[in-house]
Amino acid sequence: MSLTADPTTSEAPADHNVPDQHGRFGKFGGRFVPETLTRALDELVVEYDKAKRDPDFQAELNELLHRFVGRPSPLYHAARFSKQLGGAQIWLKREDLNHTGAHKINNTLGQALLTLRMKKTRVIAETGAGQHGVASATACAHFGLPCVVYMGAEDVRRQRPNVFSMRLLGAEVRPVESGSRTLRDAVNEAMRDWMSSVENTHYIIGSVIGPHPFPMMVRDFQSVIGKECREQCLSSFGRLPDTVVACVGGGSNAAGMFYPFVEDRTVRLVGVEAGGRGAAPGDHASPLTFGSPGVLHGSYSYVMQDEDGQTSDVHSMSAGLDYPGVGPEHSYWKDSHRVEYTSCRDDEALAAFDFLARNEGILTALETCHAVAKAAEIAKTMTPDQHLVICLSGRGDKDAAELARLRGQEW
Amino acid sequence: MTAIDDLFRHLKAENKKAFMPFITAGDPHLGFTSKVLTKLASLGCSMAEVGIPYSDPIADGPVIQGSYTRALKNKIKLAEIFDCVSRLTADPAKPIASMPLVSMVSYAIIFRHGLEKYVDEAKVAGFSGAIVPDLLVEESDPLAKICRERDFNLIQLVTPTTPPERALKIAEQSSGFLYFVSVTGITGERTQLPPGLVDRVGWLRERTPLPICIGFGISIPEHVQLLAPVCDGLIVGSAIVRLLEKASENETDALDAMTKLVEQLMSSPGFSPP
Repeated sequence: MSLTADPTTSEAPADHNVPDQHGRFGKFGGRFVPETLTRALDELVVEYDKAKRDPDFQAELNELLHRFVGRPSPLYHAARFSKQLGGAQIWLKREDLNHTGAHKINNTLGQALLTLRMKKTRVIAETGAGQHGVASATACAHFGLPCVVYMGAEDVRRQRPNVFSMRLLGAEVRPVESGSRTLRDAVNEAMRDWMSSVENTHYIIGSVIGPHPFPMMVRDFQSVIGKECREQCLSSFGRLPDTVVACVGGGSNAAGMFYPFVEDRTVRLVGVEAGGRGAAPGDHASPLTFGSPGVLHGSYSYVMQDEDGQTSDVHSMSAGLDYPGVGPEHSYWKDSHRVEYTSCRDDEALAAFDFLARNEGILTALETCHAVAKAAEIAKTMTPDQHLVICLSGRGDKDAAELARLRGQEW
Repeated sequence: MTAIDDLFRHLKAENKKAFMPFITAGDPHLGFTSKVLTKLASLGCSMAEVGIPYSDPIADGPVIQGSYTRALKNKIKLAEIFDCVSRLTADPAKPIASMPLVSMVSYAIIFRHGLEKYVDEAKVAGFSGAIVPDLLVEESDPLAKICRERDFNLIQLVTPTTPPERALKIAEQSSGFLYFVSVTGITGERTQLPPGLVDRVGWLRERTPLPICIGFGISIPEHVQLLAPVCDGLIVGSAIVRLLEKASENETDALDAMTKLVEQLMSSPGFSPP
């Protein structure tokens, strides 16, 4: 890292050494929460720092990721898909093959281990699509910790299979009826719980959002995706990929995938937000594409707000992307031009779902389909000797009923 | 010197405590807010805290959250709140002109509006300071500087989880008074206040020249009698907001119920009804 580089200017190239001690990624991030939470956040900073440097912690986590989750997840050459598009070779980083069906488990196991180290006896979590809820419930069941998951009532409806799984795993699912009854309201409710329970409870935030140290810590736990992928690219086709594409809601799978590639300047990184029904306000959930910097849920980042600072309603058919904010490191990558951000509409994502299902035999989470759709567009503009990797962040079984409803089919 | 500094100087000289109700602006509409503030002034309340409705208030319990939701449902704007307050404070002959007003506002709103613009407009409207519940002392330098330059109070919070050295640091960066949060948790009425609260406030009070007001969970005369001797003022929020909730059905009844509660709480020794 150059000592003269000023990380606050948008021209400075993005680098690895973020955030600073205040949790700032350039000018983004920080900590905007009630004083009540400060002590717990400070404790988490110290405990996480110790754990990060403790070989025993790393060994325990790696062992779990290997034998319990099934890591490393494969990097799969989607040959038929590539051929159909006639452009770049497409590779899928198969996070959908992890235990519990998505990348979320990488983070919840790490944070559950920290919960034990901090001698906290209860876990709370928020969830949108339910994947983080299931992954939290799973980690808690594994370690014998009680787990409460807050979930917007609208998401409880559209992601029923995951609600059922969480309950089977012994977690308590609390539907949130306030506001838009989606992920944002689930985060509010989890924060409120934490305000009162912080002495004995750890809040496992599921994305790279929230106050410092969460955006950094969740990114680190998810970075196993990008680290593995980088090595797998080298062993599969002998060089780094030309392009890497991931979907962005709060942005945890994208952060984990992109972070190990940030200083590989030849690798083009593309984040795909939820374009919903279109570009009109309220029709999408794309703060990096259409929003501006502001404060939400404990950090400073791009957000969808009105001119008074009230959070705007957003829309995505996928519960996991239906969120008005985004992780601060993505804002940093956007302003430093390291990552390109674009958005993909509901209908484009649905088409990608079918395409991957019928051409590759993979049912993909609706969230992930946003990345697949844009990746297909980009791949077409590339040549067959080039390589494009998609972070296949989750599997689509959870979406079967919602897909049937969206298409007016019988379930 | 702000109206709040002035108020505490007078109260101290008379050995009196501040009584400070919290209400939500625009619940259910600003016309009613005007009536409530006028009433609170005529009851002899020392100050009033005006909550600026916010869509994602993570420090607030269901009662205040509900009041914000009702106000925002009617699409209330910050400019309308400032306008309402400035009309109330315009006539120096009215009791409300001598009751300092403090805004309780999320940093999300201040940041979006612009720090300087918020402080300037709030001051012109008649606010003497702001309580920003989601602004930690580490992030407060820019706003604190602007407030100092404009003689506008930035009131920061200390909670039961705040370590002693940190509490002193927060006190140093605050002005007007220090807001001592009584409980680890969100706003809302409670039957019991935590043990050790009186001692913690007493410890801090010996170490800062700043007046200390206690809030969160205060709802019955027993709380007031217990806490008044150890602090410089008390803040009552949810207990009042819950009574005002009924205004959507009958404004007069809601106002009467609030009046009764305020009179009851202020009848404790140390407060000064007119």
